[in-house]
Amino acid sequence: MKLNLVVGGAAGQGLKTLNYILSKTFFRKGFSIYSSKDYMSRVRGGHNFMSIRIGDEEITGPTTEEDILLALNEETIELHQDKLVDDSTILYDGELEDRRSVNLSASEIAKEIGNSKVASTVFIGGVLKILGLDLAETKEVLDEYFEDEEIKEINYKALEAGYQEVETDYQLPSVSKTDNQILIDGNQAVGLGAVMAGVQFYSAYPMTPSTGVMNYIANQENKLGIVVEQAEDEIAAINMAIGASYSGVRAMTGTSGGGFALMNEGLGLAGVAETPLVIAEVQRPGPATGLPTRTEQSDLSFVINSSQGEFPLVVLAPKDAQDAFHQTFRAFNLAEKYQLPVIILSDQFLADSKKNITEFDLDSLTIKRSIMSDEEAEKIEDYKRYQLTEDGISPLAYPGQLEDEVVVFDSDEHDQEGHITEDADTRVKMVDKRAKKIEKLIDEDLAEPEYIGPEKIDYLLVGWGSTYGPLLEAREKLAQDDCQVGVLSFSDVWPLPTAKLEEKAENIELIVVENNSTGQFSKLIRSETGIKASEKILKYDGRPFTGFELYNAIKEEVMF
Amino acid sequence: MLNKEIYQADQDTAWCPGCGNLPLRNVLADVLAELELSPTDVAMFTGIGQAAKMVHYIKVNGLNGLHGRALPPALGMRIANHKLKVIVESGDGDTYGEGGNHLLHNIRRNPDIAHFVHNNQIYGLTKGQASPTTEEGTTTTVQPNGITAKPFNPIKFAVAMEASFVARGFVGNQEQLKELMKEALNHRGYALIDILQPCVSFNKLNTYQWYSKRVYQLDEQYDPTDYQAALQKAEEWGDNIPTGVIYRNERPIFRDKFPQLDDNTPLVEKEINPKELSELVDEFK
Repeated sequence: MKLNLVVGGAAGQGLKTLNYILSKTFFRKGFSIYSSKDYMSRVRGGHNFMSIRIGDEEITGPTTEEDILLALNEETIELHQDKLVDDSTILYDGELEDRRSVNLSASEIAKEIGNSKVASTVFIGGVLKILGLDLAETKEVLDEYFEDEEIKEINYKALEAGYQEVETDYQLPSVSKTDNQILIDGNQAVGLGAVMAGVQFYSAYPMTPSTGVMNYIANQENKLGIVVEQAEDEIAAINMAIGASYSGVRAMTGTSGGGFALMNEGLGLAGVAETPLVIAEVQRPGPATGLPTRTEQSDLSFVINSSQGEFPLVVLAPKDAQDAFHQTFRAFNLAEKYQLPVIILSDQFLADSKKNITEFDLDSLTIKRSIMSDEEAEKIEDYKRYQLTEDGISPLAYPGQLEDEVVVFDSDEHDQEGHITEDADTRVKMVDKRAKKIEKLIDEDLAEPEYIGPEKIDYLLVGWGSTYGPLLEAREKLAQDDCQVGVLSFSDVWPLPTAKLEEKAENIELIVVENNSTGQFSKLIRSETGIKASEKILKYDGRPFTGFELYNAIKEEVMF
Repeated sequence: MLNKEIYQADQDTAWCPGCGNLPLRNVLADVLAELELSPTDVAMFTGIGQAAKMVHYIKVNGLNGLHGRALPPALGMRIANHKLKVIVESGDGDTYGEGGNHLLHNIRRNPDIAHFVHNNQIYGLTKGQASPTTEEGTTTTVQPNGITAKPFNPIKFAVAMEASFVARGFVGNQEQLKELMKEALNHRGYALIDILQPCVSFNKLNTYQWYSKRVYQLDEQYDPTDYQAALQKAEEWGDNIPTGVIYRNERPIFRDKFPQLDDNTPLVEKEINPKELSELVDEFK
């Protein structure tokens, strides 16, 4: 069973609260849940909606079909007509000439109760009644959400009133509560991964859709002694983080495409100066300002080729919230081990989608510091920040750590001590030194893509990053039609791991699925392996793929 | 007092003979020695330009970063480790041109940083274009009709922003410069010293002689804590150029505004264990 509930209205009508309370209620009841946002770049007005998909089995992505539409204004009903089906229910405060509509005079009820603001809680009561669910968990959530006792009381009343007002149709299957689940979105997962990895300094300039990462970490700063600094611009943000990293602490910055464009010079600085740095690049459609609140995977080519010159960097594209947490945690260890920038390439779809996932196993996490220990530091004589070594990795100390030695960091080409040089031989040695690190990383740390599907397949679907969930759903639907399809989903995208792809792609049609218009990943595969995709399924209207849409596209465009 | 030789401030440089950077480096080494700051106690942050090469010509911890971007990484260190003395050393183009936005915001933040600006009123490294402080009307290779913009007055700007320490020095007066640098390094907060110095290769107007004829030292009667007086002094330029501490105030430094920072243990000495953070995961239940 899967059911899609959509809450739509204008910005400022309390959609966020509605989404939060309903999502948390379903989650606490034990349903699998996937909630995503579709919002406009404005503070008030416009049309925004949130989809909450619930079910009794895992849900990996959104759908467009709407089973219940909670319409906070009339415009919502017009705009969502084509997504409603015959047995949809429309919950609306007003008279509607549609046999599917259920009228709930939420604003009138709220006024009677004594506070017009609680109309959305009246609706929550209505929704729960329609679904045939009780109110226990919702009361608990309201209790946590509001601090003021009086406000709590009035919200309980509103909830009950909404519940009494409508008749029930649905009977959802019963599910049991599970205690090892959490409900988290992609940005929160990146933030939590960073905090667990020991980030102590985060500097950024607010930019949608990356701001959630900063919000999450800032929320923890007093508890954990972390500092989040809002920089004057993205240039300052990355340079501050570089200064903190040079000082020996784990540092991170985050932004979206346009901000990342400004950070490019700083990225090269981290590269040539071999400074560990983690950057979250939460993609939105571009170029320039593009579609600020929408999704796309179109910064891949830009990110892997970012900044002038040649230097090693790593790009990780998380698949879902679970992966976003682990990849961010891993990014800090990698950045420090190899002394280079690691970019978490996320996107708005992943950033703003909430999903229930299995609780993280904290015992499996190990912070591996690669800065020299104080004992090692004591033994150092004649310290060379950029000492030439077999694997290209030099001993890393921070200023003040060494008794009589200094740590010199340089953006110019430099000698082993970190001083400017224009010597031709040293230049070649330093370029080679930096390149060697990536060879070691490929040998020791690069992760192959995940393969999902049977051994024998007719088609191989290839994706990267957040298309993972919709691809899984499409594969399942295809399997139900007896079409044997495998999914190969990449998280490590640069350097590109090629072994599994080469193995799986042999004698099989390759279908690459991407949220961009030029097939950037398919080009990357071709340039790195020579393997050419037979089909590309591309989407670039600013919205994410749904599993059903992919299923249809594969059926119609690929199989005919 | 430490032995000045530990800073190795006598090695060869890429600076022109007669460059104002040379006496400035000498004064800096004296200051560090007199304040008994060993090379490992100090971290210097620079941008790009001739002045920014200071990191390579004096032995202290140093980050030679990007053009105009000396302040942001210095700020990162100010959070990470409060035990080191942080110096930002950069030129007029680096600080007032490319880095103007950072200057503005770091005066607002008031981090504990001593900022020494080598102001030679010209772009030396790129061979003589206008800097933000070059006189209006000056002709250069890229401004053959003369510079069309009014010169930036860093002193007036910093005073107006109520920077916590604003001074002007001159490399021709090394004794005074030394005292100013010591004061700046001992000041809690952002301390800006605009240091007049000649560019012997490209600035034919603002020479040693030009400056020597015009600069004068503020006398003991002058009260640098008087904001209105400081604003007036900041206006003086031309025939009479005041040097000394022009404005000073006491206000909380950047780091003091973070209650979560521990005053004894720098962030870099703290350890985090993810296994102890399970309550963070519980918040998502």
